[in-house]
Amino acid sequence: MIQGIPLEHFLIVSTIMFFIGVCGFIIRRNLITMLMAIELILNSVNINFVVFNRYLYPDQLQGQFFSLFVVGIAAAEASVAIALIINIYRNMKNIEVENVNEMKY
Amino acid sequence: MNVLMFYLFSGIILIFSLLSITTRRILRAAVYLLFVLVATSGLYFMLKYQFMAAVQLTLYAGGIVVLIIFSILLTHHITHRFKHPNLTKLLMGIGATTVGIGLVITTILSHSFKAGTAPELPVDMTVIGNQLLSTGKNGYILPFELISILLLAAMIAAIVIAKKENNKNSEI
Repeated sequence: MIQGIPLEHFLIVSTIMFFIGVCGFIIRRNLITMLMAIELILNSVNINFVVFNRYLYPDQLQGQFFSLFVVGIAAAEASVAIALIINIYRNMKNIEVENVNEMKY
Repeated sequence: MNVLMFYLFSGIILIFSLLSITTRRILRAAVYLLFVLVATSGLYFMLKYQFMAAVQLTLYAGGIVVLIIFSILLTHHITHRFKHPNLTKLLMGIGATTVGIGLVITTILSHSFKAGTAPELPVDMTVIGNQLLSTGKNGYILPFELISILLLAAMIAAIVIAKKENNKNSEI
């Protein structure tokens, strides 16, 4: 546990970061920037896991392991999403969400 | 000192995540995201989870950001600027964000967390390796195996999706 910093301050930082990610997901219209907003959301959730682990259950490691798994899932998701984005770009020359509205080749 | 570092890291996280969703140049957005991820790994170092911080640095800051920057360079012109988002969408986003932040922060502050009193477990590589692959108490082998299957599936899927279509004439 860290002296002088209450648990709530970590939670407030990660909450604000989470909702900045949600806001970015709503206002951005480009596939890659939406992917970056998702990375922000996953990252804030990781901070929550690790902080709860350190402050509330310092004798166990659940939070650390599950944030490790979340990082792995984020990596898999980013690789598949970027493969899809590059394929969409190859077919439509464009990755704005408004223009990608047909599912046929 | 600790407190100062914490507020420095949280300031970096908040400012650069806000910049990363509002800047009009996409490459700058990726670089701001990199700053956010590095500051997050600084928070993990403060909490004394060195392994988690190293994973964050190598996988997120080293892997995913480089992947994103490559895909930006493949799909965008370097001087491309975004249009401003239209007003209704902007208002909707800001409204949802402020309502959500207010709701969650009031909930957090009204709840009293009971700090754990158990002695701290030293997090070294032996403990992590043993717990990650043990089947007994405090063992995490089932999620570990699930993640490995998921990673294999994602790798195959990324290759299959991104590979070029074969010409029908060139087959056989």
